[in-house]
Amino acid sequence: MVLAVILQAVAGAAFGKVGAALGAAVAAIAAAIGIGKIGSSTMEGIARQPESAGNMRTSMIIAAGMIEGAALFAIIVCFLTLIL
Amino acid sequence: MKRLLLILLGLFAGAALFAQEEDVPIADVIFEHVGDAYEWHITTWKDHPVAIHLPVIVRSRTSGWHAFSSKRLEHGAVHEGFLIAPDDPYEGKVVEIVDGERVRPLDISITKNVLSLMMSAVLLAVIVLLTARWYRRHDALEEAPKGLAAAVEPLVMMVHNMAKENIGEDYRRYSPFLCTAFFFILLNNFMGIIPFFPGGANLTGNIAVTMVLALCTFFTVNLFGTKHYYKDIFWPDVPGFLKPIMPVIEVFSALVKPISLTIRLFANMLAGHIMILCIVCIIFAMAKYGPAMTGSMTFVSVLFGLFLDLLECLVAFIQAYVFTMLSSIYIGLSRAKE
Repeated sequence: MVLAVILQAVAGAAFGKVGAALGAAVAAIAAAIGIGKIGSSTMEGIARQPESAGNMRTSMIIAAGMIEGAALFAIIVCFLTLIL
Repeated sequence: MKRLLLILLGLFAGAALFAQEEDVPIADVIFEHVGDAYEWHITTWKDHPVAIHLPVIVRSRTSGWHAFSSKRLEHGAVHEGFLIAPDDPYEGKVVEIVDGERVRPLDISITKNVLSLMMSAVLLAVIVLLTARWYRRHDALEEAPKGLAAAVEPLVMMVHNMAKENIGEDYRRYSPFLCTAFFFILLNNFMGIIPFFPGGANLTGNIAVTMVLALCTFFTVNLFGTKHYYKDIFWPDVPGFLKPIMPVIEVFSALVKPISLTIRLFANMLAGHIMILCIVCIIFAMAKYGPAMTGSMTFVSVLFGLFLDLLECLVAFIQAYVFTMLSSIYIGLSRAKE
């Protein structure tokens, strides 16, 4: 198992691809955790005060958009690693 | 149940025996659909590609202006010294061979993205002018709009209220820019999701287009900033030891804002399109594993693709909304008075 990794590093071929795929996976996990937290706190807020559901929904969408922006920075970098 | 599983297993095993050759080049197909090109490939009819060949307008440093149809550059042909480079550097773009190396001329060709931009601009102008026509013919205070105006008015009011909330009293000066940005991004996002002509050109997934939109916001924010805004950047009200580094941080943050606007819109649209294309290409990639695999993967792929298309519609609206909202917040911050 370790030998296989070392052989690949010696060949020099696929380390970039492994790195890019790992980066994309971590970005997806990070985005999911962040948006999950926002979603859960929004649900709690709506449960406590249903009249402000509209405001909360808007703020949730905005915050989710921000987090997706950060995750997509990471995705773009991984994509560039794969291509270049 | 066990018998059913056995039959399915047999089908999958037998499928491997009926493998076809012809590996579909998925990466090329995907990049052809999301990238820019000198012709608009619509479909393939009986082995003939049906495409609209768009004009190539270039200016070379040695021989001046040239304009011709991209049909002359098909299949790697060389016309008047220009050709489409087949590989790096400048892959897929019109180059000139000068002294044995490739040189990019000044290229203002009408490419697929440019044509899509022109068409969506005309469509947007038609929609907005038709809406305005209703308001000229009826009294908006007497009756509620009907037809196209009824669809456009809530969106305009949404952007208008966003501007009023974030910018303050002089929001009317910036509301046209915000409405334009919102409708432009929304219309182009939706046209990118439509898979056939005249939609289907991935315009907002082109980083040049989103960069120009973000630069419009950047110039609006910084050209109309109040003195208080600039004072807060360059002479902030902070303890002495922070005075040298705060301006650096503030200038950096002012530069990062348009970059983040660019990348957010570009990456969201590009990623969405690539995902949908991958799901559809799975069907063709499975063709070499036989009918059972192809059939089941087609079923999964169509369902998932449909779900992703609907998600893309939602993302299209959200990205337009977030871009406009962030622009209005930045403009509001730059117009702060105290």
